[in-house]
Amino acid sequence: KVQLFLIFKNSGFLWFRISEDTQQQIIRETFHLVSKRDENVCNFLEGGLLIGGSDNKLIYRHYATLYFVFCVDSSESELGILDLIQVFVETLDKCFENVCELDLIFHVDKVHNILAEMVMGGMVLETNMNEIVTQIDAQNKLEKSEAGLAGAPARAVSAVKNMNLPEIPRNINIGDISIKVPNLPSFK
Amino acid sequence: MALKMVKGSIDRMFDKNLQDLVRGIRNHKEDEAKYISQCIDEIKQELKQDNIAVKANAVCKLTYLQMLGYDISWAAFNIIEVMSASKFTFKRIGYLAASQSFHEGTDVIMLTTNQIRKDLSSPSQYDTGVALTGLSCFVTPDLARDLANDIMTLMSHTKPYIRKKAVLIMYKVFLKYPESLRPAFPRLKEKLEDPDPGVQSAAVNVICELARRNPKNYLSLAPLFFKLMTSSTNNWVLIKIIKLFGALTPLEPRLGKKLIEPLTNLIHSTSAMSLLYECVNTVIAVLISLSSGMPNHSASIQLCVQKLRILIEDSDQNLKYLGLLAMSKILKTHPKSVQSHKDLILQCLDDKDESIRLRALDLLYGMVSKKNLMEIVKKLMTHVDKAEGTTYRDELLTKIIDICSQSNYQHITNFEWYISILVELTRLEGTRHGHLIAAQMLDVAIRVKAIRKFAVSQMSTLLDNAHLVASSTQRNGICEVLYAATWICGEFSEHLQEPQHTLEAMLRPKVTTLPGHIQAVYVQNVVKLYASILQQKEQAAETEAAQAVTQLMVDRLPQFVQSADLEVQERASCILQLVKHVQKLQAKGVPVAEEVSALFAGELNPVAPKAQKKVPVPEGLDLDAWINEPLSDSESEDEKPKAMFHEEEQRQAKHRLPEVDEEELARRREARKQEQANNPFYIKSSPSPQKRYQDSPGVEHIPVVQIDLSVPLKVPGLPLSDQYVRLEEERRHRQRLEKDKRRKKRRDKEKKGKRRHGSLPTESDEDIAPAQQVDIVTEEMPENALPSDEDDKDPNDPYRALDIDLDKPLADSEKLPVQKHRNAENAKSPEKEDVPVVEKKSKKPKKKEKKHKEKERDKEKKKEKKKGEDLDFWLSTTPPPAAVPSTDTLSANTNTDATPKDEVEEPRREAQDGEDEDQDQEKKPSKHKKKHKKEKEEQPKDKKRSRKKLLGSEEAPGEPVQNGALEEEPLPPMSSYCLLAKNSYIKMTYSVQGSLQDSQVTVSIILENLSGSVLKSMELSVLDSLNTRMARPEGSSVHDGVPVPFQLPPGVSNEAQFVFTVQSIVMAQKLKGTLSFIAKDDAGATHEKLDFKLHFSCSSYLTTTPCYSDAFAKLLESGDLSMSSIRVDGISMSFQNLLTKICFHHHFSVVERVDSCASMYSRSIQGHHVCLLVKKGENSVSVDGKCSDSTLLSNVLEEMKATLAMC
Repeated sequence: KVQLFLIFKNSGFLWFRISEDTQQQIIRETFHLVSKRDENVCNFLEGGLLIGGSDNKLIYRHYATLYFVFCVDSSESELGILDLIQVFVETLDKCFENVCELDLIFHVDKVHNILAEMVMGGMVLETNMNEIVTQIDAQNKLEKSEAGLAGAPARAVSAVKNMNLPEIPRNINIGDISIKVPNLPSFK
Repeated sequence: MALKMVKGSIDRMFDKNLQDLVRGIRNHKEDEAKYISQCIDEIKQELKQDNIAVKANAVCKLTYLQMLGYDISWAAFNIIEVMSASKFTFKRIGYLAASQSFHEGTDVIMLTTNQIRKDLSSPSQYDTGVALTGLSCFVTPDLARDLANDIMTLMSHTKPYIRKKAVLIMYKVFLKYPESLRPAFPRLKEKLEDPDPGVQSAAVNVICELARRNPKNYLSLAPLFFKLMTSSTNNWVLIKIIKLFGALTPLEPRLGKKLIEPLTNLIHSTSAMSLLYECVNTVIAVLISLSSGMPNHSASIQLCVQKLRILIEDSDQNLKYLGLLAMSKILKTHPKSVQSHKDLILQCLDDKDESIRLRALDLLYGMVSKKNLMEIVKKLMTHVDKAEGTTYRDELLTKIIDICSQSNYQHITNFEWYISILVELTRLEGTRHGHLIAAQMLDVAIRVKAIRKFAVSQMSTLLDNAHLVASSTQRNGICEVLYAATWICGEFSEHLQEPQHTLEAMLRPKVTTLPGHIQAVYVQNVVKLYASILQQKEQAAETEAAQAVTQLMVDRLPQFVQSADLEVQERASCILQLVKHVQKLQAKGVPVAEEVSALFAGELNPVAPKAQKKVPVPEGLDLDAWINEPLSDSESEDEKPKAMFHEEEQRQAKHRLPEVDEEELARRREARKQEQANNPFYIKSSPSPQKRYQDSPGVEHIPVVQIDLSVPLKVPGLPLSDQYVRLEEERRHRQRLEKDKRRKKRRDKEKKGKRRHGSLPTESDEDIAPAQQVDIVTEEMPENALPSDEDDKDPNDPYRALDIDLDKPLADSEKLPVQKHRNAENAKSPEKEDVPVVEKKSKKPKKKEKKHKEKERDKEKKKEKKKGEDLDFWLSTTPPPAAVPSTDTLSANTNTDATPKDEVEEPRREAQDGEDEDQDQEKKPSKHKKKHKKEKEEQPKDKKRSRKKLLGSEEAPGEPVQNGALEEEPLPPMSSYCLLAKNSYIKMTYSVQGSLQDSQVTVSIILENLSGSVLKSMELSVLDSLNTRMARPEGSSVHDGVPVPFQLPPGVSNEAQFVFTVQSIVMAQKLKGTLSFIAKDDAGATHEKLDFKLHFSCSSYLTTTPCYSDAFAKLLESGDLSMSSIRVDGISMSFQNLLTKICFHHHFSVVERVDSCASMYSRSIQGHHVCLLVKKGENSVSVDGKCSDSTLLSNVLEEMKATLAMC
């Protein structure tokens, strides 16, 4: 099973408001385009018709069962975006401690928050992973301190709820797979 | 209380949270929709509760549902409630939901303004951050206008986390509220040099994004970006800047010349492929921009092509792809250098990756020549046969056509071959590009007269086999070629072998299944054909045959008369009547052929597609003038419908032009007629068939049906293009033989004569004679066509509004609107009468604003020239005396040569002198020594004198350029570097910079080798004072020198930095020191020394620290600052420039500025606050200062006085 995880610049479900229908259509079509590509072909797709304008490109990376797709215009460097995806995935890995597919499914809000520290309003905000992780940690700490006494029982319940579940399979470990594109020293 | 909270949370802990929702959806795969609607009901219940935690939880779930495609706009108000929660946890949920679901049409969005403003000024940086992030997604023009000023203040926030977000969001604000661009721009520019790399990167990002759309307005920033490019190590920033330069360089070729060297260095040095690739890209852009004036850049091109080849050969498909992409850019201007890699590119055509094949196809366009066109097209044709998927096949098809038709069929030697290729392409089922093939057929048949006979015969065969072409359905795009085939057969019917047969083919019942617009052409051309047959038969006196043809027409035309398509129906019934009439006449034995064919007499000339647009507007015709005065605004809404009934009257009014009387009109009309009569190119009323064809609607929208074709269709009787390839080869071979023979003869003759030229028997493109004598008719253009090519500009471009001149000074009316309550806050400050506050500008009436803008525009025009000069200043390779901020890095990073001859070289000359280009780049002299050179050289050459005139003055650094009568002079060039010491070997310039950490100052010294020797073992020894000490490597004593970490080859300069620790900073300091070095040349080595005095001014202990106006006010209020003032008279400089100078030389930042009054702030490296109030009078400036240390203050003010005295 393949989950499509989409991130668009300027359009798509994060930085540009479109109707829910169009949004679903874009996800479907991008999924269609990206998923049928072989391994070992280039990671760029000219999706001209799809997201308006031939200026736009789909740039994706494939990790285990997940595709991370960016749609960017010509102001972004293609190889730079590939690096950015890598940074994003590594950041997820740090924030979730060995991120797996289910983390992303159950904690979409957290993924959003992490993404918001990297890309804002469609513009790349921060590319330094340590900086991103520091900010996320600080925000989580703030959240915890706010929950304080009142938060404790809720956390307990949530723990109980999770225990009842048939064990969440943690089989997909992106940290181990770590597909690295050759010749791409990441930005530091 | 706590118990209540615990109870509340126990209550709600059994509510569904996001995880439960996700789990639930996953467990209800079968009835997902039902489950979700159930959940939405629950959420609606939760939203009704008072508990904010419950609400937030509900909103969080809604955000997830929105992602799944459910509309949550109904919950907009609840989202705002959650946004305004006091806890960050909930606030973040609210803002996330808002950023996902709010848009300009969300009506409650205006309720958020105050909440967002509150969050922006929240003491918690994460509240502010989350508000900025959210706002960046849903900012509307109203929000942008109301919050622009708040965000602008945040750009100087103390926390870099907030600064970078505030800077980045400004781009969105500019987009929505373009008026904010000019007031905010100075601060944005300032952020380019922010100490925090993240903030810097954000500023670069925003400016690059802005400049990409309207590059010309940002040209003046080029020096600053150049500096950043040579100093930054952040690859993200570098890539952005390099991309930006790529956009700027077409506007200013001299910029390109300046860029080539640093870019080449980067290409050689960087290990990051992404950076390398962008460098190559920009070098290509530079080369393109230079290509007109500078023929010789082969080294750079070779470097690019060579690097790209490495990329293309890489096993990484991404690099391969990008390599091809960049290669296609080179192709446009330097096709030769790409052509040598033909093998590689043809190889890529076989790549299994479609994206790569497509890119390789792009490149083929420039690789064809007369020689290899047939071969390449043949290869492409085999790809067409093999191709899977229509997209790639369509791409191949368009490429084949592009390649063949490029530059007026330049490369086609045999048009019969081309026609057969086109006919072969009609075998493509399911292509969307039938109309392309058709257009080509028409174009070739019309413009290449010699080919018509062949074309007609091919087309008639095609028509004969129309059932194959149009076999599947009407939705098949390829049937478009029948349009062309019919038209060609009809129009050039005199070339038809068996006109009768073709006529029958065109009248087959099957034709009625074709799309309407094609049928219409069929009907029209049937008559043309009919006319020509009629004529033939009558001339041959075969009356019966003529009548039989007429009968055929009468029999078959009714099928078109019944057509559902109006056009077909109308034409058919018209023609049917005509034919019936002819039939009657024929029955009477009247010859009719003459008259029928007279219907189609004359030839249709091809007209260029843009011809109509280019017809110049006749003199005296103002297309923008009102024909009728617009209705007055006073007319109310309900009166409007009435106007509809006046329309008749209004139309008549058109004739009554107020200025032009009837006589004048008649005269003009007459003149125009005359002109048209004399103009053979005047386009008569019937539009060209091509044009009409292109306008036919819906061709592109015809959905494509993919048909799996295992066996390619063969149209019987059509010649295979391959055959032409063979024929062509033979023909060329023959030609060559003949030529050789001729050459031999000549050679023999020449031998008999005196001498011969050594011409090698190579075959160049020009040698290949075309197979047919081809006369390509050029498309017609109106005689005095307008050269304007503005057709491409899109008036709806949202970025157009940001096309704003950023260099002209700010007008009062442009200040950002500020909320009133800020005034109140400020009023508390002790200096309330002195600290003027930006007043909230109530929106002025629009008319007034317009007028103002017009005035500004006039000014702007004047300015434009000015701006140009400033940039010239930087771009000229001869640098000005210690000028321009970019100076330091330039000389620090580029190799320089001190040959005075080169130094005085005029930039203009260089522009002409292409071949010396690379050399000159290397010999670029340092800018600092310039001044001294000039002082020394008392006999300047002519060139130099002219240079001086341009500069205006060559006095001490910081002296403004006197530029005469302009009200607002531009910012004078400034440099913080000043001369330290100099002898015949070396020149030292230095600048002192304080750093906030551990009260240290860094002295940057630029060492420049003026001699012909290599300078090495340089050591800097400084005599420490009690107060100021040099930081030395551990273990060395106070008397040891500090080695300079590099050597200097002749003419090279480099920068070294030394750190000093300072105890007390309230007084200026001077330190004596010596630089010792060994100068080594061919004659031997000598030990040399140079003494110097390092001057640490008090200003150099200050660091530019942004300050909030609120914080500033509090500081002044606190009352523990001592005060002092100065006043300087006789100042003519503009206030803006004055402030900029103070900021630059004394490291202050502007807190607030109103009219000719500004408050400024700076902080010493030991944490002293220095606050200034600068007021400008007629010809004087007064500076009041407040500082935590009175000595420091008075010293700083003294220094400032000295600076201002020079203004």
